[in-house]
Amino acid sequence: MSVDLPPTQLPRPAAAGRRQPRMGKGNFELYAWVFMRVSGVLLVLLVLSHFAIMHVLDGGLSRVNFAFVSGRWANPFWRVYDFAMLTLAMLHGGNGLRVIIDDYARTAYRRLVYQSLSAVVVGLTWVLGTLTIFTFTPEG
Amino acid sequence: MQRLGTLYRGREGMWTWVLHRVSGVAILFYLFAHVADQALLVVSPEAYNRVIATYRNPFVGLLEIGLAVLIIFHALNGLRIILFDFWSKGVARQRQMLYVQTVLFLLLAVPPTIAIGSKVIEDLRR
Repeated sequence: MSVDLPPTQLPRPAAAGRRQPRMGKGNFELYAWVFMRVSGVLLVLLVLSHFAIMHVLDGGLSRVNFAFVSGRWANPFWRVYDFAMLTLAMLHGGNGLRVIIDDYARTAYRRLVYQSLSAVVVGLTWVLGTLTIFTFTPEG
Repeated sequence: MQRLGTLYRGREGMWTWVLHRVSGVAILFYLFAHVADQALLVVSPEAYNRVIATYRNPFVGLLEIGLAVLIIFHALNGLRIILFDFWSKGVARQRQMLYVQTVLFLLLAVPPTIAIGSKVIEDLRR
């Protein structure tokens, strides 16, 4: 036996539309999700090798100075390596911070402010790092 | 009866999730400073060498070990997250994977701790 009951009206959650990030931005979030995994694997290799060379092996930081960097960047391989690491790290870290702000920002206005500010800092860091890597000359 | 401490009583999974966020943000903020100090390479050799020389002390050495630990945790935990997503048995075996991750973390943390820690001890004795 079946009884026709009107569907129960659930109250609209107070948080709906307030704390969630905007939806319907195409496939951006999917691409961001894939990017985090691909860049993550690459960064594990790039960063752990970088840290081992600069901080652990053969005295670590105590041998690092201008002459040491000149020797490394005399080889274009290390400039490309450092540029790839910088670019992936800024995109990976910037996107990670964007997701965290999406989770914790309490209003759309604050989300915009925090995400804009972090995008500017990440962007400027990338520009500064890129200029450093490619305008460096051993003479100074 | 279990005590209701917080609303969501996550276990290892929740805490590694928290640590992944905290370590990620900490590494990113370190990188802002790191890129800024490396920019001294295009200012002058003297400026770069002077700043790098200030890093040779026990306090910065301890921060350096902390950075190594954060990077190793974030790297291994990130690889475990990828295994959840792309390995069919990843989610079912997440706790076993965490044990493997912990062992690898301890193994990988040994070389930087010894290499940097020995300099910290050496500088403290001087």
